[in-house]
Amino acid sequence: MKKMLSRIFTTDHRALGILYLYLALAAVAVGTVLSLLMRFHRVWPDAVIPFFGVMKPEDYLALVTMHGTLMVFFVLTTAPQSGFANLVLPEQIGARGMAFPRINATAFWLSVLAFLVLISGAHIKGGAAISGWTSYPPFSALPAAGPGQGLGMDLWLLSVGIFCVAAWLSAVNMLATILSGRRAGMTWSRLPMTVWGWLVASILTLLVFAVLLAAAVLLFSDRHFGSSFFIPMGDMIDGRMVGHGDGSPLLWLHLFWFFGHPEVYISVLPGMGLATSLFANFSRRRVAGYRMMAGMLVAIGLLGLGVWGHHMFVSGMNPYAGTAFGMVTMAIAVPSTVEVIGWLATLWGGGLRFQTPMLFALGFLSFFIVGGLTGPLLAQPALDAYLHNTFFVVAHFHLVMGMAAVFSVFAGIYYWFPLMTGRMMNETLGKLHFWISLIAAYGTFLPMHFAGLAGEPRHYDRLAGPVTSFPTLIPVERGITYSAFLLAAAQCIFLWNVFVSARRGRVAETNPWQATTLEWSDTEGPTRVEREAYEYELPSGEGGFHPQWESVGKEE
Amino acid sequence: MPILVPELLEVIRVAWMPADGSLNGPMVDRLMFWNLIALSVIAVAGHLWLAFAMLRRRAASRSVPAAVRWVLLVGFCAMYAWMALTAQRLWAANRFAGPSLTAMHVEVVGEQFQWYFRYPGPDATFGITRPELVNAAAGNPLGIDPRDPNGKDDIVSSVLVLPVGREVDLQLRSLDVIHGFFIPGMRLKQNTVPGLVLHIHFTPVVPGTYPILCSQVCGAGHARMQARLEVVSPADYEAWLANRERVRAEESGQ
Repeated sequence: MKKMLSRIFTTDHRALGILYLYLALAAVAVGTVLSLLMRFHRVWPDAVIPFFGVMKPEDYLALVTMHGTLMVFFVLTTAPQSGFANLVLPEQIGARGMAFPRINATAFWLSVLAFLVLISGAHIKGGAAISGWTSYPPFSALPAAGPGQGLGMDLWLLSVGIFCVAAWLSAVNMLATILSGRRAGMTWSRLPMTVWGWLVASILTLLVFAVLLAAAVLLFSDRHFGSSFFIPMGDMIDGRMVGHGDGSPLLWLHLFWFFGHPEVYISVLPGMGLATSLFANFSRRRVAGYRMMAGMLVAIGLLGLGVWGHHMFVSGMNPYAGTAFGMVTMAIAVPSTVEVIGWLATLWGGGLRFQTPMLFALGFLSFFIVGGLTGPLLAQPALDAYLHNTFFVVAHFHLVMGMAAVFSVFAGIYYWFPLMTGRMMNETLGKLHFWISLIAAYGTFLPMHFAGLAGEPRHYDRLAGPVTSFPTLIPVERGITYSAFLLAAAQCIFLWNVFVSARRGRVAETNPWQATTLEWSDTEGPTRVEREAYEYELPSGEGGFHPQWESVGKEE
Repeated sequence: MPILVPELLEVIRVAWMPADGSLNGPMVDRLMFWNLIALSVIAVAGHLWLAFAMLRRRAASRSVPAAVRWVLLVGFCAMYAWMALTAQRLWAANRFAGPSLTAMHVEVVGEQFQWYFRYPGPDATFGITRPELVNAAAGNPLGIDPRDPNGKDDIVSSVLVLPVGREVDLQLRSLDVIHGFFIPGMRLKQNTVPGLVLHIHFTPVVPGTYPILCSQVCGAGHARMQARLEVVSPADYEAWLANRERVRAEESGQ
């Protein structure tokens, strides 16, 4: 018993990394089931769902809210950042361990607590919050504004607040580890690209989760302590006047999106770093323009702090501010383009090794291109004024933030599985999982662009309204739903593969991918790192590589 | 699988925005079209590049020269600059300048879960509203102050009726939570924010009926918060207005 407890309440970073992945798995499983319920309801709105009954509008909105919150916070923030960094970051930089192991473990358990609080919202009277993961006030500030906006909203705020603290603590630990724990010789230009991703994501986490926490506290205060940061004078709900102060709903939008936009980069930057590493590894080449690639990750992070207003073009913000935010947003396309060109240049020479991690990294790139390209379109206020809050935006962020990040997580799991279990995952099942997921993900999210162009707003529980019912979209919606079910079904292959491979998979040899970064070394490695992160094919040609644990003097 | 094929074909058929009925709409549509064309071509080109690299079995020793990468980057930057500038011009034309002095004025008020449209009446001035006077059951859903003479001739409608060809200045308010005022057929969207009065202006040029939607989740009735815009001939508009004024006068005369 005591042994089991010490295994659970561990400060070992590898164990914590795996625990984070379990948490993300739990969250992604719940989040996926919720999204399937939504997809089912949109196509068959009057059907009786087992264990659920006929879905009411507020049920649908609660599903949307929980789906978004679970996926953004508990999947896309935990798995690529906290999960993988805990798993390999100290080894990759040659550190003895994490800088603050106890803070690190505390962060994980707070995340679990936040998850449980959020989930509990679904089981209380009135149900979970229904104002979406962005929770705009006064809708989110007033319990009378709708079912679920009472205790459900309080639990949502509490969960988000706890998660902010957890993410913050985790980022402090990561940042301290990267800054102070690097082995001698592990200079900035020798860092694996994943570390650059985690570094920038940690800095962003530090800056923006603090703001979200503050905003959540202010909103909580508006709800319970009679303040009015976000509730304007004379605001009415349900025929009753509630606004007594002089608050501004737009203040919340600014605070929320100052967090919300960098959050996108927090979830995708680690994936970008990992993809860079995998492209180098599986093409046996150096990263084309390493310094540029690393610098552009930093540039994306910096610019990402100044673009939040592009979520607010039609919010009532001054239209001149819309112009400014549109321009800065367009500017962020430049470093993103540099990254894509760098990846394509690395891959151009061919001779690629198509093992499953590489396939998923290529899938990441495909989604990053397709989902990313609609970014410059949405950065134009004149066009966003039509597309804002339509399914076009849903398509955009599910591809570039959702699918790209999720595929990078899959790439990471297939890639680091030997480190976690000592065994390899099954390649055939892996490839099957990849191809079905890729096709089904495009089948799910590409058609949403058309629904958005047709003008279909988000958060509609059914298409048939009193004035318009989008009749042309019904077949599109059906196709999306079938595809979403296929996408979810394909994940069973993955789960099966993980389950079976962990017990009976082929035993992995040391450094099975012939990688160069330090986490694959079976020894402590040298006291001083003398090599760059991706010394493939040099200088001996075909297939040769020099891992970072090799010293320069020892040429073979 | 066989069920999927007709669905996918249908996707391709329904690929565009609803018919436009506003003066500035064609510019938005043209810009949207060229943007989507350019971005689709790039997406396809990127995947062709990827496919080529994947099909290349024997590794080439030479990688892509830095010069090629720079040329590509400069090309992309030029495209982004083009996008930013053209879109900003349109945005500025729609949003920076106010409406012309001859534009008519209508107030749009969002409330869970309906839209109200208030016309100022013959005096062309809206009466003062007070939240404490809001009483939909008593026929005063917007809280128009009966003591204000400007409000005596105000007309409140649940349908937005506009004459074709005349610019209209909408002033948008919300009584309770944030709503999104969205007329896809006019390429028009603006949130209504409690505590703020916001303006947008546009000119309907094609007669017809257009759905008005709520585009910002506002509560359990969000999906049902819809109304109609009816763009009619000036004569029909005058007739409608005269009728509403007569009804209003009769009601207040009792």
